[in-house]
Amino acid sequence: MTIDMSQFHGAFFEESFEGLQIMETELLALDVGEVDSEIINTIFRAAHSIKGGAGTFGFMNVSEYTHVMETLLDEMRDGSRPVTQEAVNALLSSTDVLKGMLEAARDEVDFDEEGAVKQRAILETILLGENAVSEQQTAESKEQTTDEVGAGWLIQFTPFTDMMLTGNDPVRLLRALDELGEMDVKIDLSALPPFSEIIPEELYVSWGITLQGGMTKAEVLDVFDWVDDACELHVEPLPQHDKSDSVTPSEPVNVKLASPGKTKSAKAAEKSKTPVKKSASSEATSIRVGIDKVDEIINLVGELVITQSMLDQAGEDLEEQAEAQGKNKNTKILLRLRDGLAQLERNTRELQEGVMRIRMLPISFVFSRMPGLVHDLSGQLNKKITLVVTGEETELDKTVMENIGDPMVHLVRNALDHGIETPDIRTAAGKPETGTITLNAFHQGGNIIIQITDDGAGINKERVLAKAIEKGVISESDNLSDSDINNLIFAPGFSTAEVVSDVSGRGVGMDVVRTSIHKLGGRVEVSSEEGKGSVFTIRLPLTLAILDGQLVTVGKESYVIPLISIVESIQIDRANINVVAGKAEVYKLRNHYIPVIRSRQVFGLPGDKKDLHGALMVVVEVGNGHAGIIVDDLQGQQQVVIKSLETNYRKVETMSGATILGNGTVALIWDVAGMVNYHQKKLKQGTSTIKLSADDADNEVA
Amino acid sequence: MSAQIELGSENNNELNEHEDQYLTFVLGEEEYGVDILRVQEIRGWDTVTSIPNAPAYIKGVINLRGTIVSIVDLRERFGMDSVEYNDLTVVVVLRVKGDEKERIMGIVVDAVSEVYNFSDSGIKDAPDMGYAINMDYMKGMATIEEKMIIILNIDELMSLKDLDVVTQAVQK
Repeated sequence: MTIDMSQFHGAFFEESFEGLQIMETELLALDVGEVDSEIINTIFRAAHSIKGGAGTFGFMNVSEYTHVMETLLDEMRDGSRPVTQEAVNALLSSTDVLKGMLEAARDEVDFDEEGAVKQRAILETILLGENAVSEQQTAESKEQTTDEVGAGWLIQFTPFTDMMLTGNDPVRLLRALDELGEMDVKIDLSALPPFSEIIPEELYVSWGITLQGGMTKAEVLDVFDWVDDACELHVEPLPQHDKSDSVTPSEPVNVKLASPGKTKSAKAAEKSKTPVKKSASSEATSIRVGIDKVDEIINLVGELVITQSMLDQAGEDLEEQAEAQGKNKNTKILLRLRDGLAQLERNTRELQEGVMRIRMLPISFVFSRMPGLVHDLSGQLNKKITLVVTGEETELDKTVMENIGDPMVHLVRNALDHGIETPDIRTAAGKPETGTITLNAFHQGGNIIIQITDDGAGINKERVLAKAIEKGVISESDNLSDSDINNLIFAPGFSTAEVVSDVSGRGVGMDVVRTSIHKLGGRVEVSSEEGKGSVFTIRLPLTLAILDGQLVTVGKESYVIPLISIVESIQIDRANINVVAGKAEVYKLRNHYIPVIRSRQVFGLPGDKKDLHGALMVVVEVGNGHAGIIVDDLQGQQQVVIKSLETNYRKVETMSGATILGNGTVALIWDVAGMVNYHQKKLKQGTSTIKLSADDADNEVA
Repeated sequence: MSAQIELGSENNNELNEHEDQYLTFVLGEEEYGVDILRVQEIRGWDTVTSIPNAPAYIKGVINLRGTIVSIVDLRERFGMDSVEYNDLTVVVVLRVKGDEKERIMGIVVDAVSEVYNFSDSGIKDAPDMGYAINMDYMKGMATIEEKMIIILNIDELMSLKDLDVVTQAVQK
C-alpha cells in the first residue's frame, strides 16, 4: 500500500511549527535549577511529535536533530540532569535551528547545515558533560533499561490486525530496523486466514527478526514507538558468546507495548502519567479544520443574513399591505409570520456571531512570539528588560492575527532597541535598572486595541522635527502639536535608527508598520513623553470578514465607506472652499486645510457640480492627514460582509472589496487611501500635489 | 446532437478521435463556441454594479449566490457595435483558468444557440484575415451544417492582461 505522503506535508509542517512554538514558550517558562516535570514533559512531547512526523516523512535531518534534543530533555525529565541556563539556551537555539530546517524542507530549498552541526555539537557537549546528579546511579538505571548495547536483538513483532487502520505500515518499520544493522526477517503466516476471508485492510502476519550490530535497545524500541499500542512486541538480546560484565542476564525483557509510556523507563512513565492524561483531554476538545471550510460556512451564513433581511422586509411589506387594505394586521397568520421572522433574525444573528468566533483566536498566538524575541535581543543589546503581557486571551480573527505578527515584532524590537536605555543610563536617570515593556490587548467597541508600552527614553521631539524638516516631510512653518510630531515617525522616509537613537536599527522603517496595519483596516498611533517612555496603540477591526460601513450614493451606485476611516460628514459651505493653482480644491475645516476629492471625478462620472455649496463631504483619515470626499448622498450605516473583488476579477485601485446588500445587489467598498492616491495621480498630470494636512489627531471622531 | 465533421488533413490521429462538446452562442451574424466543460451556468441579463474606471466592456459585477462575479460584454470586447439588452440577452458564466487560479466570469452574448461535438481535428486553424477579434483569442474554426463556428480560447480572451494597458490609457 503506497500513499502519496506529500499530501500530509502541509499538516505536518503546521503542527511542527506549532510544536516549536510550544517548545519555545515552555522553555522560556522553565525555571533554571528547578525540575518542573510538567513543563519539561510538554516540551518533550512537542519535540517527540516533530521527531516522529519528520521520520515518517523522511526529513531525516530534522528527526535526527530532534532526537538529540529529546535525549537531553529526557534526562532532564527523569532528574538525571540538572536544568541549567546553558542547557535551556542550547535548547532554545535548537528550536531556531529546527525552524530553519523545517522551513527549508517546506519550501524545498537547501538548508545550511553548518549552523545546525555547530548547535548540535553544543547539545552533544552538554549531553557528554558532567552530571550533577549521581552519575553512577543513572548509569546503572540506564544499563538495566534501554541503553544496553548487545551483539544484536531478537525481536518478535506481532502487530494487531487493525494496525494498518492507524496509518502505520509494518514495512516501513522493517525498513527502519534494517537501517540499524544487519537484519534477518522471518515471516509467520500461520495466522493468515483462507484467501476468501482476508480483509485487505487487516494484518494477519507477524515477524521474527534477528538484528545484528551495535545498536542499543532504545534504538530498537524507538522504531516501534509509534505503534506501541497497536502491536505486541518482544525484544530480547541475541544469545552471545563474548560479552563480559554489564550485560543483563538473558532473562527476556518482555515489553508488552499496550499502554503508552511503558517504552520509557518506568521512572519516566511514572512522572509522565498526569500530563499524558491532561493532553488526552485537551486533544478531545479541539479539532483541526481547514480554514477554507470555515470560510465556506462564513460565506453561507453571510448569504443567510441577506436572505433573512429580505424575508424581514417582505414580512413588513405584507403587514403594511394588510393595514393599507384596512384589514386586521394582527391576524393569526401574520402574527405567526412575525414571530417566525423574529426568531429567524435572532438565530441568524447568533449563528453569524458563532461562526465568526470560529475564526477567532486568542492574541496569545502573537504575544507568545515576544518573550523569545525579548530574551534574544536584550542579550544582544546588553539591556535588562522585563516583558509584561496582559490581555493575551483577547480574541481576534486568524487572518488579522497572521498579519499583525510582523508589525508587532517590529514595534517590540523598536521599543527594545530605541526605547529602553542601557542599565547605566537608566540608573543615571534615576530609573530602575531593568526596563519594562508591556504588551496589552483589549476589546473596545468592535475593535481590538493592542498597546506596546515601554518605560524608556521616549521620542526626542526636537530631533524628529529636525529630521522631518530635513527630509521635507513637513515645512518649517508648519505648526505641529506634540502628538503630530510623535506620529511623524510613521511618515515614509523616516529611519528610526537615525532619528530616535543612535543604536543601529535593523529592518524596515515605521512607515511599513503603518502600511501593514492600514492594510488590515486598522491604524497605529504613538504617544510619548520624553524620559518616561512611549505607548504605541494599534487599533484593528476584530475581523476582516465584516466591516462597519457608511453607505453613500455616487451616480447610480451605492458604495460602502469603512466607518473606521470616517472622521465626520459635513455639508460644504462655499466660503471655506479655496482653489489652488486653478485646479485643486481645498477646504478649510476649522483650522486646517484639507484636500477636496470629487468622487464623481475620480470615478470618471459626468454631471459634477461646479459649485460645491451644500454638497455632502465625508471627511476621512488617510495616513496621518485628512481629506474630504464629495458624495452625492449619504445613506445609513450598516455592517457588511466583505467579499473579495480579486477572486473573480482583479484589484481595483480605488476599492478594497465588495459586499452584498440586503436587496441582493453588489456594493463596492472604498479603499480610502487608494481614492486619495488616485486623485493625486490625476492631479499630478499638470500641477503639483497638495499635501494632506497633518491634522490634529485629537480631532478624530472614531 | 452529434455532427458530421470534416477531418483535418494536418492531424493524423483519426484512430482515437476524441470529441469535445462546445456550447455555441450568437453575436450579431457570427456564431462562437466555448468548451462546454467551462460553462458553469447560463442566466438572463440582470442589472450589474458598475466598477469605476474599468474599460467599457467590463459591465460590472453581480452577486452570483454570494460570489462577486465580473461581467464582460463580448460585443464590446470584440469592438463590435453594442446593442440594447433584451429578453434574449443572456450571461454565460464561465470558469476561466488564469496564471495561478481559476476565476468565474460572465460574458454577455446575444443568445445561446446549440451544443455541438467537435474533435480536435475538426477544429482548424483560423486563417488570419482581419476578423473583428484578435487571433490569440481564437482556438480555431469548425464547420457544421455549412455554418462556420469560431471556437474561442476563453482563458486568453478573459485573461484581463490587456486591462492594465487599457486602464493606463484611461488615466492619461
